[in-house]
Amino acid sequence: MAEAETIERLQAMFPGLGISQFRDQTRVLVPVGELYHVLQTLKELLGFDFLVDITCVDYLQYRGARDRFGMVYLLANAETAERITVRCFVNDPDPVVPSVVPLWEGANWLEREVWDLFGIRFRGHPDLRRIVLPEAFTAHPLRKDYPLQGRGERHNFPVIRRGEA
Amino acid sequence: MAVDLPDNVVITRLDRLVSWCRKNSLWPMPFATACCGIELMATGASRHDLARFGAEVFRFSPRQCDLMIVAGRVVMKMLPVLQRIWQQMHEPKWCISMGACASTGGVFDTYSVVQGIDRFVPVDMYVPGCPPRPEQLIQAIVDLQEKIQREGTALGREFAAPGRQRPPRALEER
Repeated sequence: MAEAETIERLQAMFPGLGISQFRDQTRVLVPVGELYHVLQTLKELLGFDFLVDITCVDYLQYRGARDRFGMVYLLANAETAERITVRCFVNDPDPVVPSVVPLWEGANWLEREVWDLFGIRFRGHPDLRRIVLPEAFTAHPLRKDYPLQGRGERHNFPVIRRGEA
Repeated sequence: MAVDLPDNVVITRLDRLVSWCRKNSLWPMPFATACCGIELMATGASRHDLARFGAEVFRFSPRQCDLMIVAGRVVMKMLPVLQRIWQQMHEPKWCISMGACASTGGVFDTYSVVQGIDRFVPVDMYVPGCPPRPEQLIQAIVDLQEKIQREGTALGREFAAPGRQRPPRALEER
């Protein structure tokens, strides 16, 4: 949970951000245009020096949802033990957010994972390749419109019989 | 014509003798990817003691193995590795599919998990269980030994037999 002073300072710098509390967690809703600037401010001025995780949620057919993809950035302040969640919505057909690798080097693989599984592009990422799935994979399987059992990728292998070695 | 043999001479067929040697010196290649691998290790350890059946020499080089034990789920990124390791093993070679995941995909009916390795590599013995007890794996090895003794030939002709060339299972989704 972020301290009240931190929230006040953030609100003073970015008026209009949706800041809410839920079960001792502080959440900030940021439009995609300000995302990089907010994260940079949180890191450089407010001391959130540790990027815990980057992940994404697909809200396709989610009750009451207006946007499709919700990016989630979990930050922590290593000195004051404050934590903050930054959220940002992006939509089809070309979901793209700025890469935060310039801020946290460790975001490299996290963003590659989100790209691999959700198909969200990160503008400015130095090496946006798949990280979990094989390079030849064509889909982004954690999207809700991807069938659970896949599109036959798990069957697409040669059959090795006896004596063929 | 009666032949007078000394007590320490036994006459048998060469195929029987070769199969007897092979079945008692199975060297497993542990292809352990999940929790079945833990049971596989327990099988090799002192309590269950796979050495009693001549199969305790786990080698991590396929060049030195003749029994591949696939223990655990195999994902689509791992299957080419599995096939390459299988092809690197020398004949004669056998394969045990250990556990529900290796045999059928188990509960992991998802896009990335191969639904049974027998779709893509030959399998001699299936071990049910999730994961199987070490006793079950030992039973499979004993059964495999019996199979090797029963049908094994010195030149490996049994591998070319039509009965061993099972047609690949249907790959269509239901």
